[in-house]
Amino acid sequence: MANVPQRIIHEYLRHDKKFPHVWCAGCSNGIVLGSIIRALAGMDIDRDDIVMVSGIGCSSRMPVYVDFNTLHTLHGRSIAYATGVKLHKPHLKVIVVTGDGDCTAIGGNHLIHAARRNIDLTVILVNNNIYGMTGGQCSPTTPHEAIATTAPYGNIEPDFNICELALGAGASYVARTTAYHTQETQNMVKEAIEHPGFALIEIVSACPVIFGRLNKKGGAPEMMKEMRDNSVPLAAVEKLPPEKVEGKIIRGVLRKQVRPEFTAQYADLVKRVQAMGGDK
Amino acid sequence: MKNIQPGGKVPKKVEKDRMGMIIREEDALEKMEVELTEVKAPGDDDSPVLIYYNWCKKCGICVAFCPPAVWAAKPTAHPTWPRRKNASTARPATVSAPISPSLAPKTVEESFMPKKPTITKPAPKAAPKPPKAETKLEELQATRERKTVLMQGNEAVSYGALDAGCNFFAGYPITPSTEIAEILATELPKRGGVFVQMEDEIASICAITGASLAGAKSLTATSGPGFSLMQEGIGFAKITETPCVVVNVQRVGPSTGMPTSCAQGEIQQSRWGSHGDSPAIVLYPDSVKECYELTIRAVNLSEKYRTCVILLLDEVLGHMREAVRLPDLANVRVISRIKPTVPPHWYKHYDENQKYLSPLASYGDGYRFHVTGLTHDQLGFPTNKPTEAADMMDRLRKKITYNIRDLVQIESYEMEDAKIAIFAAGITARAAKAAVAMARHEGIKVGLLRPLTIWPFPDDAVRKMLRDVDIVVVPELNQGQLVREIERLVKDRSDSKLIKIQRVNGKLISPQDILRKMKEGM
Repeated sequence: MANVPQRIIHEYLRHDKKFPHVWCAGCSNGIVLGSIIRALAGMDIDRDDIVMVSGIGCSSRMPVYVDFNTLHTLHGRSIAYATGVKLHKPHLKVIVVTGDGDCTAIGGNHLIHAARRNIDLTVILVNNNIYGMTGGQCSPTTPHEAIATTAPYGNIEPDFNICELALGAGASYVARTTAYHTQETQNMVKEAIEHPGFALIEIVSACPVIFGRLNKKGGAPEMMKEMRDNSVPLAAVEKLPPEKVEGKIIRGVLRKQVRPEFTAQYADLVKRVQAMGGDK
Repeated sequence: MKNIQPGGKVPKKVEKDRMGMIIREEDALEKMEVELTEVKAPGDDDSPVLIYYNWCKKCGICVAFCPPAVWAAKPTAHPTWPRRKNASTARPATVSAPISPSLAPKTVEESFMPKKPTITKPAPKAAPKPPKAETKLEELQATRERKTVLMQGNEAVSYGALDAGCNFFAGYPITPSTEIAEILATELPKRGGVFVQMEDEIASICAITGASLAGAKSLTATSGPGFSLMQEGIGFAKITETPCVVVNVQRVGPSTGMPTSCAQGEIQQSRWGSHGDSPAIVLYPDSVKECYELTIRAVNLSEKYRTCVILLLDEVLGHMREAVRLPDLANVRVISRIKPTVPPHWYKHYDENQKYLSPLASYGDGYRFHVTGLTHDQLGFPTNKPTEAADMMDRLRKKITYNIRDLVQIESYEMEDAKIAIFAAGITARAAKAAVAMARHEGIKVGLLRPLTIWPFPDDAVRKMLRDVDIVVVPELNQGQLVREIERLVKDRSDSKLIKIQRVNGKLISPQDILRKMKEGM
């Protein structure tokens, strides 16, 4: 049998665990997980050296299905746990899978400080614009005027631009894509894991069963089509007239720069201190 | 159509209880049932397309996005392959819906196939592993003079942590515990350990738990408000049975309270602070020397019992300086977690053996285990089964109750002929000890009971020691936390009298206070 995609994916799944998965029909989380696995399959990393950390929420159920070192933590705290793992064993590849509420509401503090430290974590943020697991409450990325169960008359708050937030906090790799663009997701995940420093990928995703129903978006295919039609690659943005870009999801790598990484900095510090012979 | 099993043969798992009743039946083959459609695609005769009908949730994405006429929806809304004549020219791009339909058919092959010759090497390791803590530690210890020095409680905690082999500290500044962070920020890098100042106390407890799962001996130090923030993380460390130590230098609460004054307000919080039933191990020193000793014991117990151990300090003790002589490192007993020796596929993260003291693998060791804050089975995977949930809760409880003799430490001072017993912990016990001496001088038969382990509460030891005592005096710097436990133990004794001395105003209870109240109550 050739190395067909299914086979590659299955090599990385924990088969005896709870399949079919917990996600609703049409949820983007499975698609994103597929992209992550294919990205990792194309890289020469021992799976014993991969740690997948998550918080609480729909996307955070991902680690249980994959055969890596996995850590399913508290709501919002995945980046803090990941920081501990990475600092003690810097050679591990630590991937954080998180959601919009998990990472930018309750866990916002950890996100900005990890970005500031530039610790070598890969944060894959699946943004479905809503709290799915608790049944559709509005999140920091629920669009203005969108309906949620806790915003039954429309959301009066403006929403976060997660990538801008990460850029402002100093993340050294920031990218955005959608769950529709699986190839792009896969490439970005690979690039982000290879990037030495804090990397954040925002994957705009579809929640057809909760967000879609509340906001009359149609079914899963319709929401996928919307992501396809309503997104513009970064390269095309400059060429298009501003009115065609407004309100669209801009896909692409927004920042990729190398600056001192935290665990490397710490290793240098240890060397420096030890060279001083134990005295301050 | 035929059935195949990716991943090899998976045996049927049946678990029975003692009576022979099946409590868990897991037919892996049934779950793995796969329907395979052979598709002839140009250039790749072996290429099959698999539809996992058992896994498919009928979302319709693959049907909507594949090239026309490749997929059709079954009446059941499952995707199906129409087997048209011309179908072989259009290679279906998609998989079953749960795991990714690729939406770019042309590049499917490129994207899915890991190209062996062009495998990207992992980026050069950003940081070399820090040198082994042990060797560096020994060198340093050898150079450290073990003479009598004037030392603060917080300092003693820091050196206790280092001597116990702690190599990871994450914390956030808070009065009156900050000195611990400051000392470890200086000392840990010398020993190749990690010090990191996190963005808050929540992140601190999370980081030390994460580091511990990666194999570190980890510790954090905080005070009242930070301790409250850490409660959820402490619960996580307990349910996931991850060793770590939290030092809480108590100050006056509630809320911000009096940050530089002394209180003993977290005696009950350290036991019940985190939601749910989570048995606790809490140690409480009364002198600078004991700060050092109990810190080592806290780290040792956390490693042995795989749990979050709490060390309670009083503000005064943290800042008080006393002459202490630290023992030679050769005389310090250090316990480290048991590492698994079984092959990875036999490893159970929560194995039930040896009085619930089971081996613990670390991330990166090759065991690839799952850790979750959800109620889990022995392997660590989430479960909703009542039997497995009960097993987990029993395990957390029995781990403490079955080993209570090892955990409990209680000091008995002048209790042999005592008719009055003072029961006190921490800094208040120092005053009580002086009060005992003063009372004995006046011919009153008084003794002192002082728990070094306040949780699990030393029920049996205290009950036994209070048997011949008529009056129990419980002084404490709160509105009645320790006395609840004594009330519980003496409630069926009509002949015993309880004298409560409670104070929360930032001032300590003096030996004279205790003596006066005791005489009033006699």
